[in-house]
Amino acid sequence: MGAKFAFTGGREGWIRVLLTAVGVGLGVALLLLTTALPSALSVRHHRDQARLDYTYEQHPRPKGDDTLLIADIDTTYQDKDVRGRLVEPEGPRAPVAPGLTTYPAPGEMVVSPALKKLLDSGSGKLLRERLPYKVVGTIGETGLIGSQELAYYAGAKGLEQRMNGWQVGRISAFGDPHPSSDRPDPVLILLVLVVFVVLLMPVAVFIAAAVRFGGERRDRRLAALRLVGSDSRMTRRIAAGEALAGSLLGLVFGTGFFLLGRELAGSVEILGISVFPSYLNPTPALAALVALAVPAAAVLVTLFALRGVVIEPLGVVRTAKPARRRLWWRVLLPLAGLAMLYPMIGQGRANGNFNQYLVIGGVMLLLVGVTALLPWIVETVVARLGAGAVAWQLAVRRLQLSSGTAARMVNGIAVAVAGAIALQMLFAGVQGDYTRRPGNDLTRAQMEVDVPRGVALAPAAERFSTTKGVRKAVALASADVGDGPWNTDNGPALSAQVTIGDCAALREVASLSSCRDGDAFVVSGADGDTDTAKLAKPGRRLYVSTSYDVGKSPRITWAVPRTLKPARSVKDPAGATRGGFLMTPGAVPPRIAAAVSGTVYLSLDESVPDVHEYVRNTAAAVDPMANAALWVSTEQSKKFTSIRTGLYVGAACVLALIGASLLVSQLEQLRERRKLLSSLVAFGTRRRTLGLSVLWQTAIPIALGLALASAVGLALGAVLLKMTDTPVGVDWVSVVTMAGIGAGVVLTVTLLSLPPLVRLMRPEGLRTE
Amino acid sequence: MTPPPGSLLAAENLRKAYGPTTALDGAEFSIHPGEMVAVMGPSGSGKSTLLHCLAGIVTPDSGSITYDGRELSAMNDAQRSALRRSEFGFVFQFGQLVPELTCVENVALPLRLNGTSRKEAERAALAWMERLEVDDLRGKRPGEVSGGQGQRVAVARALVTGPRVLFADEPTGALDSLNGERVMELLTEAARSAGAAVVLVTHEARVAAYSDREIVVRDGKSRDMERIV
Amino acid sequence: MSIGHTLLGLLESGPRHGYDLKRAFDEKFGHDRPLHYGQVYSTMSRLLKNGLVEVDGIEAGGGPERKRYAITEAGITDVERWLATPEKPEPYLQSTLYTKVVLALLTHRDAADVLDTQRAEHLRSMRILTDRKRRGDLADQLICDHALFHLEADLRWLELTAARLEKLREAVTR
Repeated sequence: MGAKFAFTGGREGWIRVLLTAVGVGLGVALLLLTTALPSALSVRHHRDQARLDYTYEQHPRPKGDDTLLIADIDTTYQDKDVRGRLVEPEGPRAPVAPGLTTYPAPGEMVVSPALKKLLDSGSGKLLRERLPYKVVGTIGETGLIGSQELAYYAGAKGLEQRMNGWQVGRISAFGDPHPSSDRPDPVLILLVLVVFVVLLMPVAVFIAAAVRFGGERRDRRLAALRLVGSDSRMTRRIAAGEALAGSLLGLVFGTGFFLLGRELAGSVEILGISVFPSYLNPTPALAALVALAVPAAAVLVTLFALRGVVIEPLGVVRTAKPARRRLWWRVLLPLAGLAMLYPMIGQGRANGNFNQYLVIGGVMLLLVGVTALLPWIVETVVARLGAGAVAWQLAVRRLQLSSGTAARMVNGIAVAVAGAIALQMLFAGVQGDYTRRPGNDLTRAQMEVDVPRGVALAPAAERFSTTKGVRKAVALASADVGDGPWNTDNGPALSAQVTIGDCAALREVASLSSCRDGDAFVVSGADGDTDTAKLAKPGRRLYVSTSYDVGKSPRITWAVPRTLKPARSVKDPAGATRGGFLMTPGAVPPRIAAAVSGTVYLSLDESVPDVHEYVRNTAAAVDPMANAALWVSTEQSKKFTSIRTGLYVGAACVLALIGASLLVSQLEQLRERRKLLSSLVAFGTRRRTLGLSVLWQTAIPIALGLALASAVGLALGAVLLKMTDTPVGVDWVSVVTMAGIGAGVVLTVTLLSLPPLVRLMRPEGLRTE
Repeated sequence: MTPPPGSLLAAENLRKAYGPTTALDGAEFSIHPGEMVAVMGPSGSGKSTLLHCLAGIVTPDSGSITYDGRELSAMNDAQRSALRRSEFGFVFQFGQLVPELTCVENVALPLRLNGTSRKEAERAALAWMERLEVDDLRGKRPGEVSGGQGQRVAVARALVTGPRVLFADEPTGALDSLNGERVMELLTEAARSAGAAVVLVTHEARVAAYSDREIVVRDGKSRDMERIV
Repeated sequence: MSIGHTLLGLLESGPRHGYDLKRAFDEKFGHDRPLHYGQVYSTMSRLLKNGLVEVDGIEAGGGPERKRYAITEAGITDVERWLATPEKPEPYLQSTLYTKVVLALLTHRDAADVLDTQRAEHLRSMRILTDRKRRGDLADQLICDHALFHLEADLRWLELTAARLEKLREAVTR
């Protein structure tokens, strides 16, 4: 009956149902997306595991007809990671990577669809230069962890000589050879949990608000029904039926929105993470829960809202004086939330393993506490607000009469803002934790390129210094020397570093009084260097570390030269002080020169566009396995900025949704008061006064909500940071921004309700005929 | 035709159309200080529009309205609003009290719009409420008082600024005859003692009988009944 | 109004002289038209003849003869019957006003003027009654209200007729 009434209730009934359905639909779509996230993430994880090429082996496995040589040559292009692999199958039974059918021949490559698109586009021009392979196919979905992932496998030759135990290795199977039930990082789990709760709470609040869209008009229609003879239980049933109809339609809309969003999700990348639409399958149990919980909640909210309303045949009577709101249980909620989180304070990553139920429960109680505290605070504060200008008085009195409505409206905003502030503090804090600050001296260099062993350093340095945008290239090779062989169980007892470079390069790491090619130096003054002085005995034979597969490679020794010039260590461009020995190329025996790996420190002209890409291209040209790394510390904070931007966007969307529902109820209220407004204008009320009163009416509750939300958000953020054992810092920018967004919503709602207000204030409203 | 000598508010040849419907078609009106004039006529005849034009709420399409020697159509919206705030008072059919304000705050509202301090405005409001025998309702909200009481509060609100013209649009339209008569008696008495002229729009002859004079509006044209007899 | 029944009713509370009866009548009902003495005595002699009253006593003395009247059982029954019988509502079917309007229409005079003139006159009466009502006591108010409601009814008819004048013109001039 109620459902029928909802759809046959004329234009007004339709609009109401539609509003509710769209609101509920948006909420449902978000819920479904969220229920799909766990499975999406686990699919991603499994695919990532399945294509793992484990090259970290102490002793390389022997060559066979089932082995594959694979080299990790990941690169970065315009802030996007590109997964790159060089492959060289050594026999017909060599394992085939997921998503591939056969391996490309040397000089050819197979690429992910996204990479293909990028290479074909104008913006991929520089990357094309870096990957000089012919595209012969694409990687299937099973070999990728996201629709937007950039990846390629390129055929290669002669990788065996380049095996080093980490970048290049020989494998006989893909996937983790030592699958362990390693528990995921507890802090990450915490982040995910909090994100979920924070995202879902406003959605729940919003759905609750959406169900009440146009409720006052509905009540009046119900009153008309009472007039023709339905009793109060019937009207309640009808109201519930209407809500049910709206929410069921909302479920349909929501499924539609979700399917639409799922398709869109395939072409979207957030924080470098993209998914395939097929990943986004809502967990059936959770989806069923949504399908049941949303209509049930809609009916319950409606009945709950009707509790304080008596629908009489001749109109709607709100029970004159609702029971005074009690404080104690409202305070209890957030306190209980804090109490649930408290035992986990200070656990940090080391002690790990946060109790998921306690975390979710605690965070939820804190946020629900906001929604419970807000009506009390609004009521209490508004009751104390007194004298003021007429506009202020009108707004305050209006709020006093119906503080609950106002508080309900603002609740969604408050929860969203509190959650967002807390999340951001957590992100900011944890981010700082995850990023090791290397102390690189950015005034001296902004990039470094690691040149693998066996690549001549001097010509490489030459190529870099002629690369577009490079101001200066400092090439330094280094190795460790010890007093004994490195391939024994204990290794040498004493060890020191050897750094090789031309005079100009060596001056970057030590102050030299004079330097000519052929000179060798002994350095003093390096941090933590104790052995150099003991080893620096002319003629002493020292063993050079050759890292990988030491058992087979020949031992390389070096005799300490007869003349060692003294030098004082200074900080190198990476911020470290080097001890040990410095050698100009002329002083280095050829055997040693071939055994050391080099690093080129590059000082760049950052104003040259794409300068990083030019450097990376040069690096790839020097050697595919040369690894170019960007020092610029803003890169990490850039990632954080994008998280922050994401949060802002999310919070702004939630606020906009809530702003829309605020606007709907505001307009409804204005329309209801049209006669009154016209009469106020008749006796000379200024438009400004009425406009201001509308502004105050929205601004007061939102200001209170934001204040409470900031307090709760900061508290929650502080607690979460304490839990991860991270120093508590307040991200004031985000607090201010959130408050700013809230104020923006107030202003927008007010501005949007001004034109109808002005229209309603026209004297035509007074006409009775 | 010039306004009759000594008139406080006079209108000549008013025309006003709302879209295709003509509400006023050459209506005339005049009222002297302290006089009470009833505007009668069938529903839809344009009597409310005449009142709205006279009060400067609606701008007529053509014709002139002079108040105290000033031409209303020459004023801008802000000036007319100010005029309504200080010189005019209004009573409507359904009180149109602001539901969230208490009765005394409602009565004080026009004074406060004029910039009077809250305390002073409420003191003056209370005095008027006493005269209309509703001072015991001061702390009540409009939703808690009866129609007749609400209307008396509305009369107090209309007179609190000491207006020179009181516009009453069907002030008893929503009341039974006993309550309606009480409101009319108090309104007439209060307006007379305050020296306010009253423009009384009504379709009830018994309400119009409280006036000194009546005009009838039919099809947007006015007829001064005084001149017939 | 039946003066006989009214006087009988006044006698029910106790015997009175003719002079007293007139005074009581005037006070309660005769605001506009006081009774003449002659009217009282002619009515009383009719009632006496019908056996509804009896002479309770005669006071001798200067001036006119003074009789004291008392109501009889038959008189009480008569009053009772009168009160119980509803008054026949006036049919108002023969209206001078209607005749005037139709004549004006037939003779091509301004019928609206006729109506408006009457209307102004009615309202003038109503104004006077309203004024008197505001000064008077409850009895005044009730009596005036009675008249006001009747006048208002007339006025409504005048308004209605004014609104239908064109149709009426067509009907009577056809």
